[in-house]
Parts: sequence; C-alpha cells; structure tokens
Amino acid sequence: MKRFGHVEALRGADFAIRPGEVVGLVGDNGAGKSTLVSVLVGDQRPDAGEILLDGSPVTLHSPEQARALGIETVYQDLALADDLDAPANLFLGREIFRGGVLGRLGVLDKSAMRTRASELLRELGVTLDLTAPVAAMSGGQRQSVGVCRAVGWASRVVFMDEPTAALGVVQTQRVIELIERIRDRGLAVVLISHNLSEVRAVADRIEVLRLGRRAASLRPEEATTEKLVAAMTGLLEGVA
Amino acid sequence: MTVPSPVSDPTRETQLPTDLVKHEPGWKRLLRRQESVVFGALVVMCATFALWHPVEFATAANVRGMAMDASVLLLIALGMTFVIASAGIDLSVGSVLIFASIISIKAMGVVGSTGVAVALVGVVAGCGAGAAWGLLNGVLIAWLRLPPLLVTLATLGAALGASQLLTGGAELTDVPTDLNSTIGFGTVIGIPYLAITVTVVTVIGGLILAYTRFGRRTYAIGSSHAAARRAGIPTANHLTVVYTLMGGLAGAAGFLSIARFGTTSIGGHTTDALSAVTAVILGGASLFGGTGTVIGTVIGVSIPTVLANGLVIVGVPASWQPIAVAAVLIAAVYADRRRRDKQQRN
Repeated sequence: MKRFGHVEALRGADFAIRPGEVVGLVGDNGAGKSTLVSVLVGDQRPDAGEILLDGSPVTLHSPEQARALGIETVYQDLALADDLDAPANLFLGREIFRGGVLGRLGVLDKSAMRTRASELLRELGVTLDLTAPVAAMSGGQRQSVGVCRAVGWASRVVFMDEPTAALGVVQTQRVIELIERIRDRGLAVVLISHNLSEVRAVADRIEVLRLGRRAASLRPEEATTEKLVAAMTGLLEGVA
Repeated sequence: MTVPSPVSDPTRETQLPTDLVKHEPGWKRLLRRQESVVFGALVVMCATFALWHPVEFATAANVRGMAMDASVLLLIALGMTFVIASAGIDLSVGSVLIFASIISIKAMGVVGSTGVAVALVGVVAGCGAGAAWGLLNGVLIAWLRLPPLLVTLATLGAALGASQLLTGGAELTDVPTDLNSTIGFGTVIGIPYLAITVTVVTVIGGLILAYTRFGRRTYAIGSSHAAARRAGIPTANHLTVVYTLMGGLAGAAGFLSIARFGTTSIGGHTTDALSAVTAVILGGASLFGGTGTVIGTVIGVSIPTVLANGLVIVGVPASWQPIAVAAVLIAAVYADRRRRDKQQRN
C-alpha cells in the first residue's frame, strides 16, 4: 500500500513475476502503475505490504540498492546523457577503470567499455554508431541505448515505463523484439504501456490496475480490447 | 527467481543487420569539430600577422610576451571549461582572483620577504582563498540548488567588496622581489616560468577532463543532471568539487598575477570572467553544458591574445580588439547553433 497524504495510490495491488516472463501492466491514468513501479524499484517506500525477492522479504531503500539486486528500470524520458556516446551512457555511474596506478587515479578504460558495449548491443541485435553522441541518434536508437543499459546490468527484473511512447511503427517493433530477446535471456520484464495491442503482442500475462487495486489478471489470448477496457474502467469486476 | 548471467551466452544465435551502422572516418569527424575550425582561424591569423610584420610579430620576444599575457587568463579558462561542461557558469572569478591575490600578499608578508618557502605560502594562501569562494559557490549551487548565474553574480560582488574591506581600497605592492623576478618574468631556456607553470596545470586539467571518471561525470551532469543522478552519480558532491576547483584556479591565477605585476589590481579584473567564458565557447563548448575540451579552450584563449597583439603591431587602435573578438565569438556561437539544429533534425 502507498499513501500520499489522504490519497491512497495503491491499496492491495498484488504483483508477482517470474524469470523469463513478460508481464504487461496496464491501467488508466492515475491507476497507480507508476507508483507501483516506483515502489518496486526502490524509488519510494511502501506504507504497508512487503516485497519478496526469490521468496525472501527485502526492503528497498533506494534505486541503487534495487540495482545492486539486479532490478533495473528504463525510464520514460530515457535518462540518457545526450552529449555522450552509447558506451559512455551504458557505463554511466559504473565506469571501468584502467589497471594499475592510472586506474587508481581515476583513468577510464574506454576501449574495454567500448568492447563490452558493442558485445551487449550485438547480442541484443542493436546496431548503432558507437562513437556518435546519443543526441545524434534516432528515437529508436536512443530507446535501444536506454533499454540496453538496463538489460546489461539487470540480472533479475527490468521495468519499462512506456518504452515505445515516442516511437514510430518500425522502431516500436524493434523494441518489442528487444523485449522478447531479454525474456529469452531469462530476465523478468514488466512492460507498462498504454498501447494495448503492443502489450498483447509481447506479454505472457496482463495485469490491470484500477484505483490502486489489481482489477484483473488476464492471459493475452483472453485479453480482448473490450475486456481490458472494461477492467480498466471498472465494468468488469472479479476476473483474476 | 533464478539469476541468469547478464553476460554473453555463446549458444544464442546472433543476427546482425550490420548495414545500419554508419561510421564516419576519424579524420572527417576531427575536421568537423569546432576546435579544428577555430584552430584554422588562429593559424590564418598568426600567418597573416607574421607575413605582414615579421620583424615585430614573429619574434621570440613577442611570442614570449603573448604567452605571458595568455597564461593568467588560461588558468581561469581551464576552470571555466569544467564549469561550463557541467552546464554552469562562474562570473565571480575576477573578484575571487583579486581577493586571493590580496590574501596571498598578506600571507607572504607575515612569513617573510624572500625565498621559496615564502612563495609556497603565497601559492597555498592564494589557492586556498580562491577555493574557499569556490566552495561557497559550489554549496549554494549544488546543495541549495540556486542558479549558477545568480550565485556567482552575488559572489562577484561579495568578493570584490571583501577585497576593498581588506585593503581599504588601496593596492598592495609588497610582493617579494625574487618572486617577481622568477615566476613573474623569469625564463628557463627562453621560456617564461609563468608559461611553464600554466602549461603543466593545463595539461593535467586536460587529461582529467578527457580521460578520467571525474571528467566523464562532469560531461554527464552537464548533459543531463537527471540522467546523471539516476545513474547513481553523486551530482551535488561533484558540482561542489567543480566550483571549488574553479575557485582554486582563480586563486592560483591571482598569485601568478601578483608575481608578474608586483601589485594587486583591484579594479583590473572586471572582465576576466567574461573573457574566460568567451575563450571556452570559442573553443567549442556549449553554454548548455556537456561539451568543451581543454585543447579548445587553449585555442580560445590564444585568439584574443594574438588579435590584441597583432592589431597593435599592425597599427590598428587596441580598442578594435574586443570588437574583433566579438565577431569571432558570434561566428563560433552561430556555428554551434547550426550544428545543434542539424543534430536535432536527425
């Protein structure tokens, strides 16, 4: 549960995810999606309730701590440093140093970071110019960098908040393929999106939030648009 | 939950549409950088003056003079490169320089009048006084989250006021004479001490900005403060260090300027901050942060210096120099604007 003053943003929003699973998290504006995610990635503390990781309870004090546990987030506004290139962004805050005295002086090992960045991007099927600043890239490429950064460091769960909101059709397809590859690596992916057809295409399960509560939990094949909309607006109660 | 390895899995198929990678050759990229364009302008300028008035311009003595003129400003511009790369600005450096030079003279006066130890005290006192103002700027900007422009506008006034209080408005001139004759205008194999000192500091600064985590984080914060914070970078700490470093360098510049001129100059540094900003922007940095190199700044400092010197030699009144610098600056900023628009369209 999470309260903001008198507003209960979350009340009984049970949520679970397994490795190798993609769960779509949908709901109308204000349903509590963002709040639920910010609690699960350590951005905010819940007022009540618990978080279990591999079955044992954890308390997440900060996003850094969540990250250390292998939980990463792809933010809606990407959170990239525009003037830096892709490798610099992938390793931002987790830079690799040179060996020996130089490393102790804080000298970066740029070629090691570049090599590992290119391995990661290749593995996820993303191609881009590693020497160009992120600002010079297309929306899809930028999104790929944001996603790859999260995936490169996540060992358990990746949360994606509207990863395709600003993208065209082709680029959206790329990101969906990327999500499938991440799932195939055994990570759990939580996809928050307003685009219901996109969620249906990639999710193994769709959770619907309404007024801070889980309103429905549907398999993609049973989740017709009418059913989802009904669950989001409260016309459908007690599925799940 | 099981923990899958985040590293590469050799059994996975790799399909690669490699044709999407557009990689520009390195030399082309280098040529397009603003540093290269401005360097070209500098070379043309020097060549023009050298061919036009070879006897006056292209002499060791004149080059030495220009190097000494540029040295003190370069030190400030070096710090300003870090500040601007972090998307900040420091208008207070001129006043901080004056304040530090006063503290430096007073501290040296306490310990003695000659010798290396006295000079060392002067350096430490000057840098320390400057760094203290820088720390104040940094705390106000990074921890209280006040705009750098306003904070440093305030400390610009405060440091100048404090300087006048300390001296009663009169210049201090009791600089140790051996300091004046060595660091001030002494030379080693024809190269001024002043230029050597500043070159060493500048090279170190350039290496830090280009090759270390400190430099990378400075660019990251300047690019996007939110992104840097989300990546776990302690942005407030980092910015505090950047402004403290700037203050320390302004203090060092204060020490070097009294070593050179043998006196403080309370009224003489009102445009230092703007000259430093001009140099950094000329060198290819953007006021929006995230860019800028020390090599660019060195070129950016050289252009006004060469212009001032050359125009006097060819007989143009010195007052034309700032006008010429203004034209070059506007051209440089316009070029940056164009480049950014082009990036945006991509």
